[in-house]
Amino acid sequence: MTTQVPGDALVSLNAVNKHYGQLHVLKDINLNVRKGEVVVVIGPSGSGKSTLCRAINRLETIDDGVIKIDGKVLPEEGKELAKLRADVGMVFQSFNLFAHKTILENVTLGPIKVKGLSKTEADKDAMALLERVGVGHQAPKLPAQLSGGQQQRVAIARALAMKPKVMLFDEPTSALDPEMINEVLDVMIQLAKEGMTMIVVTHEMGFARKAADRVVFMADGQIVEDATPEEFFTNPKSSRAKDFLSKLLTH
Amino acid sequence: MDVIIENLPQYWDGFLRTLFLSVVSGIIALIFGTVLAAARVSPIAALRGFSMTYVEIVRNTPLTIAFFFAAVVLPRLGVTFQQFEVAAIIALSAYTSAFIAEAVRSGVNSVPVGQAEAARSIGMKFSQVLSLIILPQALRTVIPPMINILIALVKNSSVAGAFYVLELFGYGRQLANANGDAVLWVLVGVAFFYLLITVPLGYVATVVERKVAIAR
Repeated sequence: MTTQVPGDALVSLNAVNKHYGQLHVLKDINLNVRKGEVVVVIGPSGSGKSTLCRAINRLETIDDGVIKIDGKVLPEEGKELAKLRADVGMVFQSFNLFAHKTILENVTLGPIKVKGLSKTEADKDAMALLERVGVGHQAPKLPAQLSGGQQQRVAIARALAMKPKVMLFDEPTSALDPEMINEVLDVMIQLAKEGMTMIVVTHEMGFARKAADRVVFMADGQIVEDATPEEFFTNPKSSRAKDFLSKLLTH
Repeated sequence: MDVIIENLPQYWDGFLRTLFLSVVSGIIALIFGTVLAAARVSPIAALRGFSMTYVEIVRNTPLTIAFFFAAVVLPRLGVTFQQFEVAAIIALSAYTSAFIAEAVRSGVNSVPVGQAEAARSIGMKFSQVLSLIILPQALRTVIPPMINILIALVKNSSVAGAFYVLELFGYGRQLANANGDAVLWVLVGVAFFYLLITVPLGYVATVVERKVAIAR
């Protein structure tokens, strides 16, 4: 399962480095994600996993190395980058729904303004997506009127509305109350089952076990392990990973 | 008091001219100021540099200098006007737009950065991120300082009186010269007509602010 064929990769990172001043946050990262694969990135905070996720659609710039999406090198700025981002869905820790737009408008804005869909068409697609994530009846409300779990599901629908090739999740449940985590994870598991290519930065080990094809463990800006969930959780190789897992299990 | 009533037509004419100067300059300044603010946050370094330089120079020099440039220097460079009003509008809007730009910029900075990131992540271009997501949210926080700037603009328009434009203050000076015994009342009249513009502006601010308030 971990055999990687780079030519086949939908997302590929090759020798990627990034510094924040003195801090070397991404150290020589190599990662390939094939179509349909669900890769869960875990690791202690400050390990660079969010930075990695954000670098893939260039919300963070990198110092050197190459990031390719579907064989295309990530463009610098401008139109080309915007075009590529439309193919990469992103879900944020803090939801980031457009505060001045209704739930429905949040989902239709991209299809209408970026893809040029008609309002009727976009509305129809958006309603179907909102139903799918279980918030169809909230369509006319503003984001602030929804719970965190509902907002995050809308954010997933907003990303899906662009029909992305790959979805990035940057700690999608970290800002949620415990009872709302599952409603978001359920949507993500469903998405994984349907064959969406996903890169998920999370602390939810249950999700990693259930939905991941591969677990990537990061520490201090490096990819320390890259294995199947069974392998990683039952038989971690590095001491860093063993240490991390033992801390999770004690509580 | 009689001096005000006797000269009501002049006051009224001055009032309308001041209103005209303020409205036209205000609209131009709002547009140009917003463009300047957009340039200031744009990804293009040259635009950022231009905007910053413009704002720093214009905001930190007296309005009189802007008038002097528009009314005296521009004609010498070959840009001539049929009416001095045009020079006054150029000076007022050029000056005011620097302040508008700063207000809009602070409003842009008040919008959480995640809003722009989310917009970029669904493939929006910079212009779309700005016009569809950032500015509509920024304008809500910008209304109170914006109204302050517009009130200052109305009062600043009195400087035009010193540059051959007959507006409220210009008439006031004429009337004061003609009625040496009633200067106080002449000025009370002038002040009253300024208040007629600026006080309602403050009310408009309150109403608009309440209307566009948004839950976060």
